[in-house]
Amino acid sequence: MASPAQPGTIFSPALAARFDRLVTLYPVRRSALVPMLLYAQDEIGYVSDAVVAEVAARIGITELDVRNVVSYYSLLKTRPAGKYHVQVCTNISCMLRGGNEILDHCKKKLGIPNKGVTPDGVFSLEEVECIGACSWAPAAQVNYAFHENLTPESMDQVLSDYRAKAPNGEGK
Amino acid sequence: MATLTTHPDCVPLVSYRFGKGATNIDKYLELDGYKSARKAMELGPDAIIAEMKTSNLRGRGGAGFPTGMKWSFVPKQSAKPKYVLVNGDESEPGTCKDRLIFEHDPHAVIEGVIIAALAIQAKMGFIYLRGEYRYLIEIMEKAVADAYARGFLGKKIFGSDFDLDVVVQTGAGAYEVGEESALMESLEGKRGIPRIRPPFPAVVGLYGGPTIINNAETIATVPHIFRIGAAEYAKLGTERNGGTRLFCLSGHLVRPGVYELPMGYNLKKMIYEVGGGIPNGKKLKAVVPGGSSTPVLTADEIDIGMDFDQVGKAGSMLGSGGVVVLDETVCMVEFALRTMKFYQHESCGWCIPCREGTDWLKKSLTRLHAGGGVDKDIDNIRYLAENMLGRTFCPLGDAAAMPTIAFVKKFRKEFEDHLEGRGCPKHRAAEPEPALV
Ligand SMILES: Cc1cc2nc3c(=O)[nH]c(=O)nc-3n(C[C@H](O)[C@H](O)[C@H](O)COP(=O)(O)O)c2cc1C
Ligand code: FES
Repeated sequence: MASPAQPGTIFSPALAARFDRLVTLYPVRRSALVPMLLYAQDEIGYVSDAVVAEVAARIGITELDVRNVVSYYSLLKTRPAGKYHVQVCTNISCMLRGGNEILDHCKKKLGIPNKGVTPDGVFSLEEVECIGACSWAPAAQVNYAFHENLTPESMDQVLSDYRAKAPNGEGK
Repeated sequence: MATLTTHPDCVPLVSYRFGKGATNIDKYLELDGYKSARKAMELGPDAIIAEMKTSNLRGRGGAGFPTGMKWSFVPKQSAKPKYVLVNGDESEPGTCKDRLIFEHDPHAVIEGVIIAALAIQAKMGFIYLRGEYRYLIEIMEKAVADAYARGFLGKKIFGSDFDLDVVVQTGAGAYEVGEESALMESLEGKRGIPRIRPPFPAVVGLYGGPTIINNAETIATVPHIFRIGAAEYAKLGTERNGGTRLFCLSGHLVRPGVYELPMGYNLKKMIYEVGGGIPNGKKLKAVVPGGSSTPVLTADEIDIGMDFDQVGKAGSMLGSGGVVVLDETVCMVEFALRTMKFYQHESCGWCIPCREGTDWLKKSLTRLHAGGGVDKDIDNIRYLAENMLGRTFCPLGDAAAMPTIAFVKKFRKEFEDHLEGRGCPKHRAAEPEPALV
């Protein structure tokens, strides 16, 4: 099946090309759905209505089908997160080595609760389940980057490194 | 960068190429890479499966099912295409080993898929990684592209008549999707809701075709079995538990880390010698031996060999290889509550005993931990958990219930100490939070 025509795509040419290839890899186009949503979110920032509409059209399923899948997966967000989404693990291995304290520290430093976004949009914070860094606990992910063996001091460093990376005018 | 930790008792088999630059295909080839796939191609399906049975390899995803036997269940003739599906969802709390394989030896996963595909005559394989492992998805995709470029994947692999396509798939955050039937649903672009069995995936799996689903470590072990020989591999472990496994030591240890040790390695030694014992002069209280789903062992139950049968005999499970160590300062009610919070969050909601059971257990444990519990709560927690067992499409319900039953049974006194206003000083009251979804 050829990819449906895409007048006025909201995706960059690279992402659109990636999708065009993705849907051809599987026995059924729909298998590309979960990866497409995540890759689109990475570019757009969240799964907006426009993302839902375009992904539905590209795969050839209804928007409702897409929304049903979006609501299942915890990485997929329907509202914008911060530019740097700080995800602190507090599951068992991290809890034993101070994961809760890292989370509390981030709340205090960023001045936001769990699932909050800073007013300047630079950071958001989320308490997450095990991220596969148990032997290097406590651990966090900022977007997809892992930060491990954290202490409140090293977490401060991580946050200030990201703050310094934020474009001018943001995060000051 | 996640790295392996070593100890003199370690046996580097699956980790043989870790830290040696084997993500580069030439380096991989230099280190005996793709020789096993060629060997398997000469052997043919029946002999491959016979070798796998001889190896005594058992699934590293949690259940410990014999891999050779699993492969032998796939029908030889099938109207529908057959598939190989690698489970790299790795989300069981305490488990962080598949990550090392993808990071250090991605071609071993591909080579394992090739051998599995040859064994069941599948023309397509999928390698599914959890969405959080983005950097590993990139490593795996590059490795797959390199394997295609060399003719190890695609049409007529290694110049034979055999075609094999491999696709790297990303998830998007969901523990339940690590369960094999939910994994197939996710790969078909749906919510990860489990399928009723039978039929088992070996007969009716992905897209309705016969499918073998194996954990990433299981698959990455396969080429090493053909590299050193199945009988040699089996000898590294114990009876019916061949080889080595990547144990993820975490929690209160001087040297937490991922170590490759022989199957059957003594748990006490693993904690005190390999892991360096308990820090700060504290005493050991308990060990969760195989990921958060496995029943806790008390400090005097740890003189056992870490293989599926011996840990089973001790009333727990070897599970996913995540050994979580708790020192004497841990509040077991808090630990049980944190474990249950996880299962409540991850229950897909399809089966009522699991959806409601995990929610009520979380509520009861929260109340108990905060000091608002009453006497009957303790028995109710156990009763509720016991009644979830075996009543769900997939074992997530059991995974939540089994550890809970063990916490209550083995640490009942601590639960009682929390009763009637004597809440835990460490209790963290829930706070209102905005919805970022
Ligand atoms: C809730 C749940 C989550 C699971 N998560 C994983 C996982 O992340 N990785 C994995 O390999 N197996 C996981 N499993 C086990 C799989 O269902 C399946 O048994 C396994 O992938 C088979 O591979 P193996 O025979 O090589 O162990 C999970 C099982 C359940 C019930
Ligand atoms: S428990 Fe935190 S990374 Fe596994």
